[in-house]
Amino acid sequence: MSPLSNPIITIARHEARRIFVSPLAWAVLAITQVIFGWVYIGMLMQYLRNYETADQYTGVSDYIGGGLYGTATIVLLLVMPLMTMRLFAEERKSNTLTLLFSAPVSLTDIVLGKFFGLLSFVGALILLLAAMPAALLPAVHLDLGRLAAGLLGLFLITMSFGAAGMFISSLTKEPTIAAIGAFGLLLLVWLLRMPAQFDSSFKSVFEYLSLISHYQDLISGLFHASDVVYYLLFTALFLWLTVLRLDMERN
Amino acid sequence: MDSDSLIEARSLTRRYGPNLAVGDFNLTLKKGEVLGLLGPNGAGKSTSMKMLTGNLAPSSGDVLIRGISLREEPQAAKRHLGYLPEQPPVYPELTVDEYLGFCAGLHGIAKKQRAEAVADAKRDCGLAHMSSRLIGNLSKGYQQRVGLAQAIIHRPDVVVLDEPTVGLDPIQIREIRSLIAELGKNHSVILSSHILPEITAVCGRVMIINAGRLVYDASIDAHLGKKGLVAAFANPPPAAELQFAGVLKVDTGPAGRFLLELADGADPRADLVTTSVQRNWGLLELRLETRSLEEIFVELTSGDATLREAA
Repeated sequence: MSPLSNPIITIARHEARRIFVSPLAWAVLAITQVIFGWVYIGMLMQYLRNYETADQYTGVSDYIGGGLYGTATIVLLLVMPLMTMRLFAEERKSNTLTLLFSAPVSLTDIVLGKFFGLLSFVGALILLLAAMPAALLPAVHLDLGRLAAGLLGLFLITMSFGAAGMFISSLTKEPTIAAIGAFGLLLLVWLLRMPAQFDSSFKSVFEYLSLISHYQDLISGLFHASDVVYYLLFTALFLWLTVLRLDMERN
Repeated sequence: MDSDSLIEARSLTRRYGPNLAVGDFNLTLKKGEVLGLLGPNGAGKSTSMKMLTGNLAPSSGDVLIRGISLREEPQAAKRHLGYLPEQPPVYPELTVDEYLGFCAGLHGIAKKQRAEAVADAKRDCGLAHMSSRLIGNLSKGYQQRVGLAQAIIHRPDVVVLDEPTVGLDPIQIREIRSLIAELGKNHSVILSSHILPEITAVCGRVMIINAGRLVYDASIDAHLGKKGLVAAFANPPPAAELQFAGVLKVDTGPAGRFLLELADGADPRADLVTTSVQRNWGLLELRLETRSLEEIFVELTSGDATLREAA
């Protein structure tokens, strides 16, 4: 089979097309862009006011990039459930899932195809976020490697949000329930560390499992293998659970 | 297995907990056959079709499509299958072309042949002038056609259609029916419905399901059920004289009418006309009466079983 007729690619392209013909995607991009722009300007003003002290510790790339991407992580935590809610829930509700189930493709093809389609949207979001610090390029010397690493980190984090959201979406046929469910799940995992602050023998376990423990270094461009592995495992786990869930549906 | 049977179901059974949805469903369909699946609401038609198309795993039994097991090699088997579920699986936000292009890709049609496959399917379903319309803006009838185009775009050997004319206006129903008849020439078609005239109009063979069990399986061409011959005469002869070869029983009705019960395959009409002329009975009316599908349907599906299903 030629790579062009690979079912994963076919489904991914289809999903990306459906995401980008929906007004939701454009509304999400526009609104998040306004918020990111506002934060970016705020960061810029703050930096200009005390660049002398800031430069001693971090530098402009870190100050603006790190700050912007930190805020972006929180905003994406709120927004990704809206992007993932439709993935399976809506298809189930409008009975289009049958089309995929009766086609000669495997469940893994369907799940990966949809996930890669979603990643195209994540990619667009990340590119827009990259454009903001890049606007400083003519004026300032930026640590591009650091910024790129931060963006890659942000991509990894958003990807794991997407995988979790997709799994929740595969559980229900109501997109709104999928959204609130995904939001609840992400927030819960995000805050897993809270009880870990009390003394308990599981402290380190909760701390490792919490989403919050892994993102700060990553978005400022510091790659620890354990953080990267955490997000990859998190993603793989939910993709696998989605496949299992769909298989259950047939039985 | 017959080499020319395209789809074969072997004792398909589906249980939901203690409830039996479909039990011991067997089916063999050859090339060019159009099979009608009949049954009251909730009899298990849709469940059977979901199992035949791999949308629902049977509790036991298997489906072979061109000899390929749907259980063991689902992807290979589904290549030869087109399915239109009860509600057409269309995306309202896509245009007809975008949607059919995706379906073609999904069924593994190589990129170069996709445009041609889409054009063929649109032509067959009368959608050529709707290419760039959004599916969501099309009428129900046209959405149904898009669903049908999706089911045949990869020229599958077996096409399964679940109530394809539900919710359509009479003109659209006629169009879809002629389309199905056209399809039946090159594909095997399984069609479900609870509209009896529809089955008689397009199917060559009919199966009736009641309460999850197959209760009837016969071709429509062969006369359905037992035959009777109704004859009326101006000068009615004694009943004994109507005992032609193949007549099992003669019932005398009012006003010179007789009902002749016939053995399978017997047709004494020619004899009767000749004799009537010779003996001057004055034949007024002669018609072969077959038991209608409706009578068979009602007989097989009425009673407690139906009531229980409907409840």
